[in-house]
Amino acid sequence: MSTHTGGVPEPYGRPGAPPPPERPATVARERVNYLNVSYGVRSWLLTTDHKRIALLYLGAITVMFAIGGIFATLIRLELITPQGDMVQSETYNKLFTMHGVVMVFFFLIPSIPAVLGNFLIPIMVGARDLAFPRINLLSWYVYMVGAAFTMYAMITGGVDTGWTFYVPYSTHYSNTHVIATGLGIFITGFSSILTGLNFIVTIHKMRAPGLTWWRLPLFVWAHYATSLIMILGTPVIAVTVLMVALERGLHLGIFDPALGGDPVLFQHLFWFYSHPAVYIMILPAMGVVSELVQGMSRKKVFGYSFIAVSSLAIAMLGFLVWGHHMFVAGQSVYAGLVFSGISYLVAIPSAIKVFNWTATLYKGSVSLDTPMLYAVGFIGLFTIGGLTGLFLAALGLDVHVHDTYFVVAHFHYIMVGGAIMGYLGGLHYWWPKISGRLYPEMWGRVAAITIFMGFNLTFFPQFILGYLGMPRRYHYYPEEFQILHVMSSAGASILAVGYLLPLVYFTWSMRYGPRAGANPWDARGLEWEIDSPPPTENFRVQPVVTDRTYEYGSEEEARIV
Amino acid sequence: MFSGFPLFPTQASTVAPRVDALYFFLVALSTFFSLLIAATLVVFVVRYRRQRAGELPRPIHGSLALELTWSVIPLIIALGTFVWSADVFVSSRRVPPGAMPVNVVGKRWMWKTQHMTGQREINELHVPIGVPVKLTMTSEDVIHSFFIPAFRTKQDAIPGRYTTVWFQATQTGTFHLFCAEYCGTKHSQMIGWIHVMEPAAFQTWLAGGATGSPAQEGEKLFQSLACITCHRADSQGRGPRLEGLFGKTVHLASGETIVADADYVRESILNPTAKVVEGYQPIMPTFQGLVSEEGVMQLIAYIQSLQTPGAEAAAPPGAGGVKLQQGAPAAPGKEGAARPAPRTP
Amino acid sequence: MSSLSEAAPAAGAHHPALRHHFDSLATQKESSLLGMWVFIAQEILFFGGMLTCYAVYRNVYYDAFAAGSHHLDVPLGTVNTAVLICSSLTMALGVHAAALGKRKATVLFLLLTILLGSVFLGIKVVEYADKFHHHLVPGPTYSVESLRDAKGQPLLEDSDIARHSEIFFALYFGLTGLHALHMIIGIPIIAFMAWSAWRGRFGPAYYTPVEITGLYWHFVDIVWIFLFPLLYLIPHHG
Repeated sequence: MSTHTGGVPEPYGRPGAPPPPERPATVARERVNYLNVSYGVRSWLLTTDHKRIALLYLGAITVMFAIGGIFATLIRLELITPQGDMVQSETYNKLFTMHGVVMVFFFLIPSIPAVLGNFLIPIMVGARDLAFPRINLLSWYVYMVGAAFTMYAMITGGVDTGWTFYVPYSTHYSNTHVIATGLGIFITGFSSILTGLNFIVTIHKMRAPGLTWWRLPLFVWAHYATSLIMILGTPVIAVTVLMVALERGLHLGIFDPALGGDPVLFQHLFWFYSHPAVYIMILPAMGVVSELVQGMSRKKVFGYSFIAVSSLAIAMLGFLVWGHHMFVAGQSVYAGLVFSGISYLVAIPSAIKVFNWTATLYKGSVSLDTPMLYAVGFIGLFTIGGLTGLFLAALGLDVHVHDTYFVVAHFHYIMVGGAIMGYLGGLHYWWPKISGRLYPEMWGRVAAITIFMGFNLTFFPQFILGYLGMPRRYHYYPEEFQILHVMSSAGASILAVGYLLPLVYFTWSMRYGPRAGANPWDARGLEWEIDSPPPTENFRVQPVVTDRTYEYGSEEEARIV
Repeated sequence: MFSGFPLFPTQASTVAPRVDALYFFLVALSTFFSLLIAATLVVFVVRYRRQRAGELPRPIHGSLALELTWSVIPLIIALGTFVWSADVFVSSRRVPPGAMPVNVVGKRWMWKTQHMTGQREINELHVPIGVPVKLTMTSEDVIHSFFIPAFRTKQDAIPGRYTTVWFQATQTGTFHLFCAEYCGTKHSQMIGWIHVMEPAAFQTWLAGGATGSPAQEGEKLFQSLACITCHRADSQGRGPRLEGLFGKTVHLASGETIVADADYVRESILNPTAKVVEGYQPIMPTFQGLVSEEGVMQLIAYIQSLQTPGAEAAAPPGAGGVKLQQGAPAAPGKEGAARPAPRTP
Repeated sequence: MSSLSEAAPAAGAHHPALRHHFDSLATQKESSLLGMWVFIAQEILFFGGMLTCYAVYRNVYYDAFAAGSHHLDVPLGTVNTAVLICSSLTMALGVHAAALGKRKATVLFLLLTILLGSVFLGIKVVEYADKFHHHLVPGPTYSVESLRDAKGQPLLEDSDIARHSEIFFALYFGLTGLHALHMIIGIPIIAFMAWSAWRGRFGPAYYTPVEITGLYWHFVDIVWIFLFPLLYLIPHHG
């Protein structure tokens, strides 16, 4: 994307153009940027700079990821043997519940939008900040308050309902901290709503002159679709969890079978949000991968408009498929048919994306640096995750695999293989922009390959386990399943190492990493035309966009053998 | 075959091969597309890897023909799979006539089953090979799910309503029974065994240890709860006559009609004033809390056994049972007329 | 481009209310309005979850809902509806006054809105107290003693309709409680707007905060316009 000011075309950054003097590879003295403009705790906790808020989120969700990861580690340790020999069943049930709650509501949903989206969307649309900077800061505080409630529930004894909070177990039978956890999720939901609101208004109203909708980066398109889901889905889970809390705390029995209430109605409301929530997690990762694929192959994305529209299609169809979680919950056969049919339609936009990303590499200049490894890993794992979704959308087959490890494996391929690979890939790609420093490339590749291997070893055996009939959320299990569980646990230990590595070298690079130039990948996009790290106002002059996005050069300019 | 390393579960019901055929088709499809994508990625990444810095590839904008190809082909495959899977599902939900009924009650953390001849079992179920068996289930507390992997079948047991599932075993032996819906502390111990026996052996098993059949126990309950004082056989009682009622259409005081199925009878026992039969006063007290879920099932079995001689002679006592879940194709006309207590919107 | 000198700020006088990241007050206002509309979309879905429960149960347990609804005080509900519509009027007049730069009129209308909102909440308290008094709050103390069915007969304790009526009151308190909560949040915001108006922060060029507060208040009113017939007028529909 090229920009110019005051009507003068700015060829800056185009291949062949001489490097401008103020952007040397190393700078002796750092220019004023958003990191060094002020110091002290107050300057961070009261900041309204979207970039600093992104870093506040980064810190918070890293802590939550670590907590959720510890729960996962304990689960995998316990499942090495068929007997419950490490923890009691009560404890095991709390472990998988809190793993789910922390990872879904406090890590995956905010991960890419609140960190990378917060940092990049204003820059990508050529704005100085999000539309409502103070609401952006508020959303972080709301998130922290929600996290505090949930942490309180965990420290004082935990919760054991499963992250799905199915009634009447959660309202009348569980003896754990359902209300505190529920309030935590309720509150955090508003953080997500406020983030989505800010993105929608920013993308609508704050685009730079010349930046039309069809010139927007695909990362922005993906976040626009995500924000729609955040706005229209999150309030439903908020009020549903609130009704569970009211029923438990004040006996306002809305789902209570003893009063004639319908526990399946709860499932409808829960999945009306929680299925679209899956797309809150995966759509931003798809946006990231679209950026990585073009940036690392120095070639515009193949089928730009198809990828953009498919994001919106996924967001819309995502609201119409919630019933596929309830094929054996006593919903009518007709409802099952409708939900299954629409679920199959979601496969189409997903397939379009995968094929277009793959096609983008064709005749590109493909770098094998870390972000590309994550992008390729994402495409592969998401393909498997998506295709196994076809098994679950298949009515006749879902009856067998519903609530088994097949489901567990499927959504981990989407959530971990998809969303987290996308998140880490994006973090590596934009880390030079965020921190102004380069991370050690070799270690980055080692980590990416470790994560890919560890992930497959952890979760592929779970598909087999699931088809064999191993139900999810089982503390004890029949002995014939042990060998597959041991493989899975072994993979999990590799995965844990893979996740620790980036934490170590990113931290290291913040102090010791070599300085990154403005555009270390020689990629296109407004974010690469400003300093690394960017100044507080992002753009020292108002950018004016004159060209489509991802323009690396015309036919004539091509230089490749 | 893979004794130490299981890959595939036993196939022991009539539905299982159909589900597995769909499974293998999807495995093949997934393998094909995964390998296609992976191979293409590897080829492109290797073939077009960056040779030196500053390369600038030729721009390619896209191709409508390709976009259409890779939209339409997946669409056709997806719709084909949908139709196939829907066919497997619908036929696996349609209970064959004359299926052997068994009542199942889920309760934290055990499965209580009862045969129509009276045998009760806990966490076990004996069934004959080659005979369709229909389970009518409910829960006394939270949601459970009755899952038999070898039969590829599963159904949630939901408090406050009846759900049904059926299977026909094709192989003798002992198979896992799991609770698949998380139900609390000992969820993973809410497991049991399905014993599939040769018909003769099953008959022998049935003959031993039977207490009264559900209908007989229901009759005892019918008397001990004093139902009989109002629901008399001579149509002079204050309540409607129950002989020959089951499965018939009933006219309600509200002007609506309803088929007297298990859900209706259950509702009438627990919430008598909800749907009062035309010509009767809403004077019946509720039996909520006075009779257990098993007791309600036994009462239903008893009322079902009260067929007028001649009519419905073909149906064995206790058979026929609950209709297919609401809206199922096998039970047209039930939707709309009936309003059983809690209902999915 | 950083080689270029710092560009001059957007043409036109720099209004003190113009935030640093907007080019003009017009863009800022459009953004704020869009933001509030998006927020209202979110609110609709928020109430929508509970209204879905209402729709399902009212359809299935009509008699119980009618019996519960029969006990609600229609005159008080009607008065409250009128009070709230009037508060919407004063709110609209307040926004209008702000747009014209009439400081005192703005403050007056906003204070009137607060007053009417408080009257609404006061009447709501009276109604809630009546429900407490008659043991109609769901929970262990719930009793159907004061409820009557369509024929005017008292409901039987432990009867089906009695149990279902508890769901009606759960939804009644849930829905009206959520609505009241929105008003309790709205009143301090209006008070803050009145204070800001008194300090002369608004004028014809900039009164966006008053305008979006007005949008919010109108939304809260409209929710009540739906809740009133849904909850109070069930037995009166035919």
